[in-house]
Amino acid sequence: MKLALTEEQEMLRKTARDFLADKCSKKFVKQMEESETGYSRELWQEMAELGWIGLAFPGKYGGGDMSFLDLAVLLEEMGRACLPGPFFSTVVLGGMSILDIGSEQQKQEYLPKLIRGEKIFTLALTEPGHHNYDASSVTAKATSDDDNYVISGTKLFIPDAHIADYLLCVVRTKPRSGIGIFLADAKGPGMKYSVLKTMAGDKLCEVVFDQVPVPRANILGRLNQGWSAVQKIIQRAAVGKCCEMVGNLQRVLEMTVDYAKERKQFDRPIGSFQVIQHYCADMATDVDSARFSTYQAAWMLSEGLPCTKEVAVAKAWVGEASERVFALAHQIHGAIGVTIEHDLHYYTRRAKAAKLAFGDADFYREVVAREMGL
Amino acid sequence: MDFSFSEEQNEFRREVRNFLEEEIRNGHWEPTCDAWVQGFNPGFTRRVAQRGWIGLTWPKDYGGQGRRHIDRLILTEEMLRYGAPAACHWFGDRQVGGAILSFGSEELKREFLPRIVKGEAYFGLGMSEPGTGSDLASLQTKAVEDGDYYVINGQKTWTSCASFSEYFDVYARTDPEAPRHRGISEFIVDAKSPGVSRIAMIDITGTEAWNDVFFDNVRVHKKYLVGEKHRGFYQVLHQLDYERSGMERLMGNYPLFDAIVQFAKENKLSKEPVIRNKLAQLQIEFEVGRLLIYRVALVMEEGRAPNWESAMSKAYSTEFEKHLAGVAMDILGPYAQLTSGSKFVPLRGMALHSYLGSKGYSLQAGTTEILKNILATRRLGLPTS
Ligand SMILES: Cc1cc2nc3c(=O)[nH]c(=O)nc-3n(C[C@H](O)[C@H](O)[C@H](O)COP(=O)(O)OP(=O)(O)OC[C@H]3O[C@@H](n4cnc5c(N)ncnc54)[C@H](O)[C@@H]3O)c2cc1C
Repeated sequence: MKLALTEEQEMLRKTARDFLADKCSKKFVKQMEESETGYSRELWQEMAELGWIGLAFPGKYGGGDMSFLDLAVLLEEMGRACLPGPFFSTVVLGGMSILDIGSEQQKQEYLPKLIRGEKIFTLALTEPGHHNYDASSVTAKATSDDDNYVISGTKLFIPDAHIADYLLCVVRTKPRSGIGIFLADAKGPGMKYSVLKTMAGDKLCEVVFDQVPVPRANILGRLNQGWSAVQKIIQRAAVGKCCEMVGNLQRVLEMTVDYAKERKQFDRPIGSFQVIQHYCADMATDVDSARFSTYQAAWMLSEGLPCTKEVAVAKAWVGEASERVFALAHQIHGAIGVTIEHDLHYYTRRAKAAKLAFGDADFYREVVAREMGL
Repeated sequence: MDFSFSEEQNEFRREVRNFLEEEIRNGHWEPTCDAWVQGFNPGFTRRVAQRGWIGLTWPKDYGGQGRRHIDRLILTEEMLRYGAPAACHWFGDRQVGGAILSFGSEELKREFLPRIVKGEAYFGLGMSEPGTGSDLASLQTKAVEDGDYYVINGQKTWTSCASFSEYFDVYARTDPEAPRHRGISEFIVDAKSPGVSRIAMIDITGTEAWNDVFFDNVRVHKKYLVGEKHRGFYQVLHQLDYERSGMERLMGNYPLFDAIVQFAKENKLSKEPVIRNKLAQLQIEFEVGRLLIYRVALVMEEGRAPNWESAMSKAYSTEFEKHLAGVAMDILGPYAQLTSGSKFVPLRGMALHSYLGSKGYSLQAGTTEILKNILATRRLGLPTS
């Protein structure tokens, strides 16, 4: 057992932190929130050149041959920097899924472009009225028409769909039990996008599929039996979100402790008041425990070990820990923390969005209950 | 990062489990909450010792096995999982032996370590006094030099395991003039010494959890001074870091966890959403706490004393124990109030015992408030004024 990062991971972290400190100021984050696309093409290319997009993909597709655990370190730094853009969609939701379930031919075709930063991917899973990540909530359907399939339905809360080149669409292929994943050309006919206005300023979309043709060759994984693949995608995404949240929470802890040391009232730093000290101690405990449970799950995913319970523990814990951390962070910051002049709000909004994504604490408590045999 | 155990570690865990399961099968004892501190069972301690499982991390020179802290954590984790009666050797193994190893003279090491390892020397901790709780440096018990001896006078209180302790690790003031932190020394006192007397104290569960221990002109030879004279306060801080470090903080009432989950399943209560949710939440909190404690062992593995790390894991874990006990009580409903031995008592009264008893976990070995002070100042560097 070891809980420290390897030297290589430490280097990756340092490079990422320095790079993002330079390129991803809060001013930039704000611009991206207000912009239509939500990302900078230039920064995207730079990240591709740094090898970040391809980090966890095999070298034969042009990737960096590193692991999901290494990617976790990078995601943590991205969370710390509130990095806007389609990295998560393209890499964690899109690329990793293709790597996992795509045929060799599909990997050869799509992964190199993805890794070079030429194509953006995302996952179209959730739908209007959706609450839980279960198969029965998938109603968009694909019907076969000789060589092709035709997809109809509406997907909601799809990240970065408006700028994506490809969508991994989760659809019903058989009335009751069949789920399939199709790789659809996002720019093809029959698709309509509207970008939603969101709390975190990220770009979540409504995507309407109106008789969208998809060739049979674009089926990812096994037709009708796609749900177990989707579950794996959700697991990876949940852990990926946890990584971002850990970076976010760590930064908020640091900001808050710094503030408590600087801010004076009654002629002394507020951080010398014991109540404030204990708030900070509670935050540190939540942040450390969020980190360990997240990295445990990331490590297990990385090693290919079964980890339904550990993923559930991580996402449930991190989500609720982040609520506690933010309640205290805001309380300690006083009024300045609820203005847009202070940076805290960037973190607060993102943490809440991440908590809602890919299963909240109630959802995962139920998973844990099943794992306990309850 | 690597969250796996080595093959040898897994094998060791299996070995410990097999041993404990056989103990239970043979009817030597049954799993009990708080058995690490209340389970007085010399036979069990002897059998554990025969396997070389006391002083596991100590050098072979003194009878130890020179094994890793993770191994000891695996061992204690399993003992706690099975609610094994390990109180006779727990303090010697966990902290007093370590204190002697870190600070004691060669003579002291030779005298005590091999005997602790054989399960033949039981220790109690003489820190707290009636006027001295969290503020340990305020202690009043005195030790005055007299030739080759120190003469100790004073009173210790809340001394766990004192009724069967053969030795006390006693902190006493040796320099009343010095600033309070700098005038305290540590001694090993034989409980049979003339002038030592004890009065039992009963805790809220009805258990004899502690004694008041009185020292009336107790003569202790100078060779039983541990470490440097007047350095006792610094030594006890070090010892407390270890006292807080272990899995007993999270798993003291683990037998109740097993039992209530089983109970919920058997009575179909586990299908009720509210109960499912609560039990799953406990499982999540348990797994998270376990990671915080493994982190502490890894700190020790690096040769550092765990400081704020064990403050964090202990403060976290004692909340879990209370939460577990509270949920168990709620699930059992009105039956929860029945005491052990009563008609209809569920789960051998473990829930009630734990519910009442767990109120003390967050006080002993540093209250949660003191632990958060440590976290705030030492981990986070917050100012004290
Ligand atoms: C089950 C159990 C077993 C024990 N076993 C032993 C033993 O074997 N040997 C031994 O020597 N002692 C033992 N103790 C005693 C234990 O060490 C003390 O209870 C502990 O140090 C707290 O002291 P106190 O109870 O006097 O509370 P106090 O120190 O009087 O504290 C009362 C309250 O004030 C708070 N407080 C005190 N100081 C501060 C501060 N600076 N900042 C914020 N809050 C503060 C505390 O957190 C607590 O909430 C045991 C206690 C229990 C409950």
